[in-house]
Amino acid sequence: MAGPRNISVGEASRPVLPRHAKLKYDETRKVWVILAPERVLAPDEIAVEVLQLCDGKRNVGDVADQLAAKYAAPREAILTDVIAMLQDLADKGFLTEIREKTP
Amino acid sequence: MSDVLPTIPPDTSDSLAVLEKARSTAETFGIPLAVLLEITHRCPLQCPYCSNPVELDRSGKELTTEEWKKVLSELAEIGVLQVHFSGGEPTARKDLVELVKHASDVGLYTNLITSAVLLTREKLGELADAGLCHVQISFQGIEEGLADRVAGYKGGHRKKLEVAKWTRELDLPLTVNAVMHRQNLHQLPEIIQMSVDLDADRLEVANVQYYGWALKNRAALMPTVAQLDECTRLVEEARERLKGTLSIDYVVPDYYALRPKKCMGGWGRQFFNISPAGKVLPCHAAESITGLEFLSLRSNHSIAWIWQNSEAFNRYRGTGWMKEPCKTCEFREIDFGGCRCQAFALTGDAANTDPACALSPLHETIFKQAEREAEGETNRFLYRNFAGGTLEPGNDA
Repeated sequence: MAGPRNISVGEASRPVLPRHAKLKYDETRKVWVILAPERVLAPDEIAVEVLQLCDGKRNVGDVADQLAAKYAAPREAILTDVIAMLQDLADKGFLTEIREKTP
Repeated sequence: MSDVLPTIPPDTSDSLAVLEKARSTAETFGIPLAVLLEITHRCPLQCPYCSNPVELDRSGKELTTEEWKKVLSELAEIGVLQVHFSGGEPTARKDLVELVKHASDVGLYTNLITSAVLLTREKLGELADAGLCHVQISFQGIEEGLADRVAGYKGGHRKKLEVAKWTRELDLPLTVNAVMHRQNLHQLPEIIQMSVDLDADRLEVANVQYYGWALKNRAALMPTVAQLDECTRLVEEARERLKGTLSIDYVVPDYYALRPKKCMGGWGRQFFNISPAGKVLPCHAAESITGLEFLSLRSNHSIAWIWQNSEAFNRYRGTGWMKEPCKTCEFREIDFGGCRCQAFALTGDAANTDPACALSPLHETIFKQAEREAEGETNRFLYRNFAGGTLEPGNDA
């Protein structure tokens, strides 16, 4: 894992996919997939967009801001959805987060 | 993310990834997402429930490095996303790093399914550098006494613990694979704890499936109904308690079920594996069904051609081959009549209903026999080896 486990996703979290979960476009089936140990997940379009924004620099709040602006949609609703989606992924063990190094 | 599909249906015998949506390409025999590569049958362990066929491929018959590399390129080209390097013991092949590197280069996600006993820290590091994505290590128990006895390999358990630690130090995700049976089910709570302590991401609690070697050892391995109920309870409790820390896959033995498992997601629907000698098989036990001819990659056919057109793959596809009670059964497209290998092993005809199904005329007899065996005193193993098996020394009571 690229970081800690058992994370609780919140507005300030900076989630990233861990090394073993790879977001990839499957050319054969024309769908986005997440490749994980002995599993292939099929994220929907919004999930793909969210995960592409989760670069370890942006936090969840930044992601919600960006999507709210792009889709001219209420930020609170988007934030709730994004957190739920990411938490689900985290609970399955396919998401980690960047934390500040403790001295 | 409602569309995130857990790709391992809870009722399959095997935890290989498939992406199955209703009416997806996988359902219409599209190329599987993941392929199991049994690159060798050589293994220092002698587990009595080994999933390899009783007739093992000798090293002289194994595909060469160049042949395996060609296989990997071809798999990536036709749309396979993941490969599982398995065996036998895949690290028994000296070219494993080269094969993992090639798989990564052509864009495949790579899993290593290993007993770990032949690995050094240096070799594991080389595999990680070659792009290995995930390591699965088998454990036979919680302490050396039992674990090394089951594996028929002294010092194995200690080595596995060490390799598991290196795996996490190298930042590779770890799956603990625990094959469970009557003689080690009492250790399940500690196996779950061991997985947490080893910082594993996943635990597979896989009850033995009784084909091949395991069928020969059924009397020594079959759990009691009470053991199995307790096992299910423990898994459910641990899943809840360890959510987000350890994910647990659970495979039950189908002997005590009323409905058969949808074996391999249905014959030739979502899965194939490649044997050490390069045969393309609908499942790793398929060669136990005599009278079917499985084509090799050394025939002049492509993998995709063999998958789509070969007689062996088409024989039990869909429902057209079925006899009663499957033929008119309302569940025929749900479980596809269970497991063909098990039907063949227990009834002599792979087209019969898998006796794990309560609708099979043999279900009751087999269930009763399993129950008797579970209560019996036979604990000696027939160890798996190239000589057709060696009986564990000692006397049963």
